Amino acid sequence: MTEFMLRINGADHTVTSDPDRSLLQTLREDLDLTGAKYGCGEGACRSCTVLLDGRPTAACVTPLSRAEGREIVTIEGLGEDGGLHPVQQAFIDEHAMQCGYCVPGMILTAAALLRDNPDPDPEAIVSGMNGNICRCCNYPNIVRAVERAAALRHAEA
Amino acid sequence: MTAHFDGAVEPERYEFSEKPRYRFSVSRRAFLQSMGAGLAVLTFAEGVSGPEAWAQGGGTPTGRLEIGTDGTVTVFTGKVEVGQGSRTQIAMAAAEELGVPLDDVRVVMSDTDRAPNDGGTFGSHTTPRTVPEVREAAAAARTILIELACERWDADPADGAIQDGVIRHPGGGEITLAELASDTDMDEALAGRSVESPAVTAVADWRVLGESAPKADAEAIVTGAHRYPSDVRRPGMRYGKVLRAPAYEARLVDVDTAAAEAMEGVTVVRDGDFVGCAAPTTRQAQRAVEALAEGAEWELGDHPSSADLFEYLKANTGSGGGRFSSQEDTEGDVAEAMENGAATVRGSYKVPYIQHAPMEPRAAAAEWDGEGRLTVWTGTQRPFDVRNDVADAFGLQRGQVRLIMPDTGGGFGGKHTGDAAIEAAKLAQGAGHPVSLQWTRDEEFAWAYFRPAGLLETAGAVDSDGRITAWDFTNYNSGRAALQSPYNTPNKRERFQFCDSPLREGSYRALAAVANAFAREAFIDRLAAAADMDPLAFRLLNLPNGRLRDVLEAAAERFGWSAGWPDAPADRGYGIACGTEKGSYVATAAEIALDGDGGFEVERLCVVFECGAVQHPRNLRAQIEGCVIMGLGAALTEEIHFEDGKILNGRFNAYPVPRFRDTPPMDIEVLDRRDLPSAGAGETPIIAVAPAIANALFQATGEPREKLPLA
Repeated sequence: MTEFMLRINGADHTVTSDPDRSLLQTLREDLDLTGAKYGCGEGACRSCTVLLDGRPTAACVTPLSRAEGREIVTIEGLGEDGGLHPVQQAFIDEHAMQCGYCVPGMILTAAALLRDNPDPDPEAIVSGMNGNICRCCNYPNIVRAVERAAALRHAEA
Repeated sequence: MTAHFDGAVEPERYEFSEKPRYRFSVSRRAFLQSMGAGLAVLTFAEGVSGPEAWAQGGGTPTGRLEIGTDGTVTVFTGKVEVGQGSRTQIAMAAAEELGVPLDDVRVVMSDTDRAPNDGGTFGSHTTPRTVPEVREAAAAARTILIELACERWDADPADGAIQDGVIRHPGGGEITLAELASDTDMDEALAGRSVESPAVTAVADWRVLGESAPKADAEAIVTGAHRYPSDVRRPGMRYGKVLRAPAYEARLVDVDTAAAEAMEGVTVVRDGDFVGCAAPTTRQAQRAVEALAEGAEWELGDHPSSADLFEYLKANTGSGGGRFSSQEDTEGDVAEAMENGAATVRGSYKVPYIQHAPMEPRAAAAEWDGEGRLTVWTGTQRPFDVRNDVADAFGLQRGQVRLIMPDTGGGFGGKHTGDAAIEAAKLAQGAGHPVSLQWTRDEEFAWAYFRPAGLLETAGAVDSDGRITAWDFTNYNSGRAALQSPYNTPNKRERFQFCDSPLREGSYRALAAVANAFAREAFIDRLAAAADMDPLAFRLLNLPNGRLRDVLEAAAERFGWSAGWPDAPADRGYGIACGTEKGSYVATAAEIALDGDGGFEVERLCVVFECGAVQHPRNLRAQIEGCVIMGLGAALTEEIHFEDGKILNGRFNAYPVPRFRDTPPMDIEVLDRRDLPSAGAGETPIIAVAPAIANALFQATGEPREKLPLA
């Protein structure tokens, strides 16, 4: 067992764990942050997406050692000033969820996409989101939500 | 050893509840009950169900609906939410009839201690069955509440009305639901009252239904606060893993548990062939199971491979029995009509096993109290039946098990069983702690069950006018849904043949209607070609008037169907298909582009769908889009490969499911038939996707396509 210092959603946490344990299991089992979901264990569906220094990362294949010392943001910490992030609001407005299990990963991926490209065209959204699987196949509404979130961002600016 | 444990999880073979042939309207009497303050409504169809029936069925005789003294309304249902939108829809139904704001309605779903058993969530039954029952209960409550209010004002209740949670009478009376519920002695007020067949709001007067209400619990989902079954956490909880066989048909001979038992914090539980462990973390449980696997000795058995699947199915037919029985329906003389046909055609269509692959693999948390009572949280489409399965597995009375199903990460017909619940409960019993257990994606691919594979053999004849004169259709293994052809045919034989499936199989979105519609609609294009007719004209010649023909004609017009496509580029193909199942109707048209290398792209799809009066337009559209895209996976890429008892491609990296990039332009139209009862809509839009694309390939190349997946 090894001690790890993790900075998650702006707060420091000390975790004692198997060194080869994934960030996903640690978040879900030790820290009760269950917003990141297990979907495949091989980084192929991105239900487990968290932001690691701002980059969407599959937490299921990220060992704790790689997460240490980085700024980790989970879906629980994405909201701004106690309210919803524009991407979260847009997902609600556009009904961009059916079962919703993929949604935290989708939202974090979209938030990073919009930060890097505030005005993506549909092709940029499709290629930026293509790593995330929605088995309900709610893709059209999710694309609409990302477009709406971009518009919300512009309106705020 | 627990006597009832072995073999407790019976494979779910086919969805057991086909649509009944008849449904008669019944008089429904709503009884009302005081909750001290506030009131509860119990609704029963006389002679059909009631508290006794619920109790016999294992259900608890709870109310359908409660109105609290704060004016909030709670609806209870045994239906489940797996993403199809039933929670929102049921809340809308209650808000519509009770005249309360949607935000004041809560829906308690799929908790076997609190909700009535509404049957499993499958077969698109929620809309045509449960929603009307909720509406009737709410209408009964509205009737009584208006009566109670008007009695206070000595006014005629016929003139009273309720809107936005306030009851008003033209004579000046006005009282909120909360005031009325808290300021009435309900024991006295409700004594002897019941409501006979309460009148529900006419479609033309809908204010809530028919509009696109926000999804219930949307904020909890986008913030990660919603707890799916895999997110349930209990004090002192451990995490579980189960030792899986290395292959199908493998039998455990012996296992050395010492190494796993020596691991810190690990409890090993063995009961017959069941071996698993509970540990403080999933990682530790995984390590312990790896140690168990090293110490396990298995006797391997024979198992066929997917390469020989269709020969295997045809060679291994059986009688089935019960709901698995083979079936044969005949009319006229098929053999003679085949003899006399102007042209005859034969086809043989193959549909592989595929996986539902819901985003949330099977998961459960289980907790025993000190008195032998068990609570399980799990994701299943049959909460009451799975509660019973769990009780049977441990030799418990049904009332000793409470099953709670949190809104779950996907189902698609794939979560009818309670495997994870029983496993978690077994480990929790052995560990003396609550246990959470979630299957890995590998386990989900290998040990859940599959959409049945099918071999569909067809033969048909047309006369010189292009009318279908003979129709012979046999489905091996994949099921009976939509087995009947909707086309006019005087001589026909339609058969379902049970087979001994080499893989565990069960329901799927629209069940066997996907396979049957694929074979039928692809074969219809073969018959059209034999009759030298355009596929659309051939369908219209042979289809009776009605709702199916209406969607077909609407899709053809919207798509810009052109007989023979004389002006189309050489690399393009166009196909159309239609079908009906579960009371709704769909037609799909597809345009494909050949890439010159034997491959193709789907350029666009046009879908026209009709399911009676539309209750939630936005959710309906999402269900259609989701069905169509999911159907693209089944049509183009999804296929389970197996050999030597092992699944060879049980990973998302090896089993491609549709992603963002795989979504073609889709033009969708819904025919809102407000004059017709609402039918369920989460399944049928999937059925015409594969045949439309197969027909487009046939049109483009002249080569019939008989096997899924097509790509």
